[in-house]
Amino acid sequence: MIHALLFEPFGMAFMRRALAGCVALSLAGPPLGVLLVLRRMSLTSDVLQHGILPGIALGALFGGLSLWAMGLGGFLAGLAVALLAGWLARATGGQEDAQFAGVYLIALAAGVAIVSVTRGIDLAHLLFGSVLAVDDTALLLMAGVASVALLGLAAIWRPLVLESFDAGFMRAIGGRGGAWHLAFMALVVLCVVGGFAALGTLMSIGLMMLPAVAARHWAAELSGQVYASVGLALLASVCGLLLSYHANIPAGPAIVLTAGGFWAASLLAGRRHSLAAAVLRRGHYTG
Amino acid sequence: MTPPALVLTDLSCLHQRRPAVHHLSGSFAPGSLTAVVGPNGAGKSTLLRAIAGLHDSIEGRIDRGGLRAADIALLPQLGGLDRSFPIACADVAASGALARLGAFRRLPAATGARVADALAAVGMAGFGRRLIGSLSAGQFQRVLFARLMLQDAPVLLLDEPTAAVDARTAADLLRIIEGWHREGRTVVAVLHDLDLVSRAFPETLLLARDLVAWGPTARAFTPETRLRARLVAEAWAEQPELCTEEPHIEAAA
Repeated sequence: MIHALLFEPFGMAFMRRALAGCVALSLAGPPLGVLLVLRRMSLTSDVLQHGILPGIALGALFGGLSLWAMGLGGFLAGLAVALLAGWLARATGGQEDAQFAGVYLIALAAGVAIVSVTRGIDLAHLLFGSVLAVDDTALLLMAGVASVALLGLAAIWRPLVLESFDAGFMRAIGGRGGAWHLAFMALVVLCVVGGFAALGTLMSIGLMMLPAVAARHWAAELSGQVYASVGLALLASVCGLLLSYHANIPAGPAIVLTAGGFWAASLLAGRRHSLAAAVLRRGHYTG
Repeated sequence: MTPPALVLTDLSCLHQRRPAVHHLSGSFAPGSLTAVVGPNGAGKSTLLRAIAGLHDSIEGRIDRGGLRAADIALLPQLGGLDRSFPIACADVAASGALARLGAFRRLPAATGARVADALAAVGMAGFGRRLIGSLSAGQFQRVLFARLMLQDAPVLLLDEPTAAVDARTAADLLRIIEGWHREGRTVVAVLHDLDLVSRAFPETLLLARDLVAWGPTARAFTPETRLRARLVAEAWAEQPELCTEEPHIEAAA
């Protein structure tokens, strides 16, 4: 019974491929998500995942449904939106949320419009993801993207963290804060593009953001939050794919719902800043 | 440690074409200890940021005597920093060392000991692994002073170093500032505590967008100059006229 529920699904090759892809995303995405949260840029990630859709659609239109063409188109469109979002944030002095709403509505509409005139492409798969869509090419894309993102983040980790904490200090010591920000945004776009094959463009940041938001309930220090977010993402990948298989729903919503469930559980019962921590008041220290 | 003089020549710092600092000329002598005083909105913070190279919209010249960015340390106002960021005190202090090393170089083995020494010197021994979110304003200011110590810069710009800290912390921080002065570093501090200024700061720059007075504290700081500073700061024109003041820079410069 348990075997049929938990292990049998991964006996199928397509489920194993989807799992391998999601594990790759779970290793690379959440650390970026933690930094997005700390940099008050959670909304930017939402804009990015909508922003890549027109690029993916154009890639499909001109590249003949090749995943690499779609990925490249998505990456370029994502970079353009990231630059636009950064410029809007600066131009509005940090009051960019209204502009962001405008940008992602337009991007989504443009993407859907282009997809609907492109023959042979399933809009639902593109938007919501499909485990069946994770073929060897998609797996290679996800694993490659995750590797680059993880190594890239490791390389710029120190200046990026310091710039997130005190941008003025990094600028004052000649630290080229803008360069780290751009490199970071490129890595985020890479991960968003990597996620679209399995999770769909509407939910490709699900594995990046939800575990990152949940992680603050489990660890105080940055390193602890990163580990917690990766652990939660891995767990959400496995449980989400099983849910997708048994309940016969697309992989994107299944994984994101699972990750969302973990976030809700963290909010209720996490070690820090949770309802449980507030209710179960333990004794206080003397100093 | 004798840094070069910092020379301002006809410096204007603008916010959307309105000057925060207006046609300011003068110099901070090597190793001088100067208080920058003036009402709110007088351009004090903007001036420090401009000297540190953080204010882009400037006219006129700032001659830093060949100092690199890392040689000019800036203590920002407390309010501008995200104190909920999950970073430990020791890491904040150690980041000062990166000013010289660059972001990627490996920290020398002695850095750990230097961080511990600096934290002890600011009265924060044993706080190394504490997250900054759990600190009081005064304790956080002490940690930022430890970062300045690690940065070891010949020029220090301090924006309201004693705001929002208690009397004992202020006294401790002042001792550190005086130590820097004795070591020959150039220190410029924005301050609102006039008593502290006349007690501990040999030089004063009284600023109210335009220069009001700059020199030895006893001479720069008279009832007449203070009144003048207040009047300038309170004037705000809805539609200011274009400034037609001729630049004071000689053509040869």
